[in-house]
Amino acid sequence: MLQRTYSLIALIAIWAVVAALLQSRLLPGPLTIGAAILTDTRTGELPFQMACTLGRVAASFVIAMILGTIAGYAMGRSKTFDRYADPWLVVLLNMPALVIILFAYIWIGLDETAAILAVAVNKLPNVVVVMREGARALDPELDEMAKAYQFARFSRIRNLVLPQLAPYLAASSRSGLSIVWKIVLVVELIGRPNGVGFVLGSAFSLFDMAKILSYAICFIVLMLVIESLVVQPLERRANRWRRRPA
Amino acid sequence: MNDAQTAGDAAPLELRIAAKSFLSADGARVDVVRDLQLRLEAGSFGALIGPSGCGKTTILKIAAGLDPDFRGQLRTPGSGRLGIVFQEPRLLPWRTVEDNVRLALPADHANVELGDLFEILGLGSHLTRYPAELSLGLARRTAIARAFAVGPDFLLLDEPFVSLDEAIANRLREELLALTARAKVTTLLVTHDLTEAVEMADRLFFLSDRPTHIILEKALPPPRGGRSSDVVASISDEMRALVAQAAIAHAKR
Repeated sequence: MLQRTYSLIALIAIWAVVAALLQSRLLPGPLTIGAAILTDTRTGELPFQMACTLGRVAASFVIAMILGTIAGYAMGRSKTFDRYADPWLVVLLNMPALVIILFAYIWIGLDETAAILAVAVNKLPNVVVVMREGARALDPELDEMAKAYQFARFSRIRNLVLPQLAPYLAASSRSGLSIVWKIVLVVELIGRPNGVGFVLGSAFSLFDMAKILSYAICFIVLMLVIESLVVQPLERRANRWRRRPA
Repeated sequence: MNDAQTAGDAAPLELRIAAKSFLSADGARVDVVRDLQLRLEAGSFGALIGPSGCGKTTILKIAAGLDPDFRGQLRTPGSGRLGIVFQEPRLLPWRTVEDNVRLALPADHANVELGDLFEILGLGSHLTRYPAELSLGLARRTAIARAFAVGPDFLLLDEPFVSLDEAIANRLREELLALTARAKVTTLLVTHDLTEAVEMADRLFFLSDRPTHIILEKALPPPRGGRSSDVVASISDEMRALVAQAAIAHAKR
């Protein structure tokens, strides 16, 4: 933890030194950015835009995780289904994020549904791939045990399947969260009247580097906080049965 | 057949495997079991004895209803409440000892008192531990507790006492006998240990090499469990001779 802090402080220090040497409007120093963040927080502008983006991140993340887990599980368990669904998966995996976003906006319209759906569809194939591996790795011996003791379906999912899928769920949600919020910014840039992506877009047309940096930094920090306060504790909880190194 | 028998209660275990085969890795068909017929009266204790690799576990899986991919017929005894002890403990690593046992309980049995069972099996002080923290012996005992806890009327045991030290194994054998005597449990034990089989069972089935069938079936006189070590030894000797004869006859065929 201490090393991480030192490393971050070093990064900020280098940034400050370079900005001081350049004295350019195109690279404001950390103090300028800090002041900009404070101003926008006071006016309520920054929290509002971040909340918009965060809502979209959460919605599309949840949709992608649920659909992706179901589809991936089905593909991992049934060879027939996998054979039929795999080509679709490959198409989706290789579809550029931008193309999906444009399709969604054209077909559905420039609204919230299209934005969230576009992001979810972008994230979906990665979840499917990871969860399919997880479903393939389910232990057939435990399956037999559950069958012999006639575990109810719900109990089987809760006590047998989910704990085995937990590492895969953790892996895909960690990589997923970062992909999702990056794509959300693009979606907002193209077709939303609010959110961090929208702010970055208008700041870009004004060459307002201070705004771009301050919003970007705030959002990165927010995602780091979510990662360490939500994702990591959940992962630890899911893994508490593993034997701890003595 | 006695018509007065109710369907669930006193039905015997009847297993007929005309053929069971696997596809090996290179695509060839390997016959594992052929023409095996086994009948075990309700409430009795049968033992399957055979060389390792002869397909004992395959037969047990079929009897448990876990492998429908065979030609033949299976009728299980009782209402079909099955207790099974696999060769490996097969516990859920992410659940504690107690949860592993309780999760297997049928819904109408869920809050049953298990303290005595845990005490008998020496698990009392390990209930909150996870399987990875247990020795193999304790893990096996947990698996046995799970099989007993469900109140089975059909019990399948795949070498349940292997790798336990002799004192505990003996104690568990006694417990198993007591349990099967108390409730009307039809039990099928797979073992390679003739002495163990003679001590516990009242019907022995000796298996051939692959493709497996029964080369000799022998009913032992009652009482099961109460046989002295002399009696066990003499029956075992007699069995060995008979099995050797049967094996030679089988080879000539």
